[in-house]
Amino acid sequence: MAQHELHARTAAHPDPYVPAEPPAPPDADPGRDADTRPPPDADTDADRGLGRDLRTMRVLWHRETLRFGRNKLRIAMGMVTPLMFLLVLGTGLNSTMSEDSLRDFRAFLFPGVVLMSVQAPAIAVGASIVWDRRSGFLRQMLVAPVRRSAILVGTCLGGATSGVVYGVLVLLLGPVADVPYHPGLLLVLLQVGLVAFAFTALGVAAAVCIRRPETFQVAVSLCMMPLFFLSGAMFPADGLPGWLGTVVRVNPLTYAVDALRRTMPGDGAAVAGGPSGPRWGSWTPPVAVEIGLIAVLAVLALAVATRRFSRVEE
Amino acid sequence: MRARHAVLAEGLRKTYGTHEAVVDLDLAVDPGETYGFVGPNGAGKSTTINMLCTLLRPSAGRAEVAGHDVTRDPDSVRRGIGLVFQESTLDGELTAEENLRFQADLFGMPRARARRALADLLDLVELTHRKDSPVRTFSGGMRRRLEIARGLLHMPRVLFLDEPTTGLDPQTRVAIWEHLHRLRAEQEITIFLTTHHLEEAENCGRLAIMDQGQLVVEGTPAELKGVVGADLVVLRTGDDERAAHAVRERFGLEARTGPDGVRLRTPDGAAFVPRLCAELAVPVHSVTVTPPSLDDVFLHYTGRTIREADGPRQPDFGPRR
Repeated sequence: MAQHELHARTAAHPDPYVPAEPPAPPDADPGRDADTRPPPDADTDADRGLGRDLRTMRVLWHRETLRFGRNKLRIAMGMVTPLMFLLVLGTGLNSTMSEDSLRDFRAFLFPGVVLMSVQAPAIAVGASIVWDRRSGFLRQMLVAPVRRSAILVGTCLGGATSGVVYGVLVLLLGPVADVPYHPGLLLVLLQVGLVAFAFTALGVAAAVCIRRPETFQVAVSLCMMPLFFLSGAMFPADGLPGWLGTVVRVNPLTYAVDALRRTMPGDGAAVAGGPSGPRWGSWTPPVAVEIGLIAVLAVLALAVATRRFSRVEE
Repeated sequence: MRARHAVLAEGLRKTYGTHEAVVDLDLAVDPGETYGFVGPNGAGKSTTINMLCTLLRPSAGRAEVAGHDVTRDPDSVRRGIGLVFQESTLDGELTAEENLRFQADLFGMPRARARRALADLLDLVELTHRKDSPVRTFSGGMRRRLEIARGLLHMPRVLFLDEPTTGLDPQTRVAIWEHLHRLRAEQEITIFLTTHHLEEAENCGRLAIMDQGQLVVEGTPAELKGVVGADLVVLRTGDDERAAHAVRERFGLEARTGPDGVRLRTPDGAAFVPRLCAELAVPVHSVTVTPPSLDDVFLHYTGRTIREADGPRQPDFGPRR
């Protein structure tokens, strides 16, 4: 899936050491290709290539999950906002709305709330990279004999795992929003995993480009709220007036929300009296296309992050 | 493969725009040496270390560390070196043991070997009793010790220490050095360190003084101090002016009076003191003899004391966002 494609891409860059500045020393033509390298020492022979990358990913993934599991308070706090939306906003609006205009706003809101819960760990991972850079931990990783893209992918997988944990916690609340426990939720969870991975990749891309934790914080809060509001999480994405419709249609979150809503068991998707997702002209993109868009986004974000990260010169 | 030199640099240079951070540096450090890089902030020490550790690409010249070229084969260099940076680079959320295990895994150490090395090193730096505590609860000295342990975990041939004891109190500094000396005795390892604490440089087998991107002089601490030659003698007397005059007249030595008394320089100051006291007519209250310090060496070669040179921190020329 996403990681696999990334592999294909980064295979063209086997050397993580890509210079930031063009003035290369005249005598040094760094062996960019694995073939031109001197024969590796016997004991490290197995430690090149894919095995090493997979190990690096596992190590980084493990670190993220350790950090995530250790901070129980953060898990609890990450749940507060989604719960507010689901229980307070959903309930409040329900009582003022007439039955037939929006049968159950809470059910409609539910996919958006799932998505919202996923973004917290993604941002946390991005923030941890910014802090790692400041604390120097990043530097320590950069001198390890591993590929930098593998560091990023492992980190994103860790963020995705944390996101799935949040997703599970929110999905457990499904019955509150008329979403029954149903095997279909496993499919939803898969989507949540992908969306969490994409979110984390975006957060990581931002983190790699931004050096100061304060800037990162501001940038994230500047982006997240509009993205969420303009995603069809709060109101149907279809049939919006001109500019708003355009913004919603280019917002990748729109497709994530819609895919979740259409996969979610229960009748949240039909709440607005028919399909409520985005439409391109008269064509409604199927869920597979929506998911594909998210995957492409994840790969793009990772590509940008890897590019920047590979030439980090501290 | 056994390299003749642990660290070798030839014409190494790093330029940021028009600013020359490191200029044509030549270095050769033998395996097993403790080699110190001394100089004020902004002298180019960290830039040099970063180039040697493959974190920074040299603008010109070449360098070999642990037997591998830093630009051609950075992975092999990385495998052969351990690093302790100026700032703490531990994950505060993880425990001491987890931090070490993270490093071992990242370097792909086999499980059993990693476990043994980890236990040994925790022992060496005396942190076994705290191995399950999160690092954020550690003091500065404990963190430093843990970082040194981490730097050694994958059994590097060269250990780079960038200002290893900055921000630590004097006792901790002494303790860290005891650890380092013990380590060098137990494992055959090359230690390459930068410092702007001249007292710390005394621990090195060989020193290089760096100033404004250039290597000014290189040698053992004793050799360097030998060049300055003379001990500093400071005496407090009943009448400093008369005492200074007498020193100039009878011994033909340059003597100056200052707020702390009469200052003069002479080889073998300790032997000079009895003769001096016998000759002086004015009452002598106290005499101090100080052998030349590395600060004197620095002054001798650069015309400034290291504290003056340190002065306002040089602007950082690295990329910044």
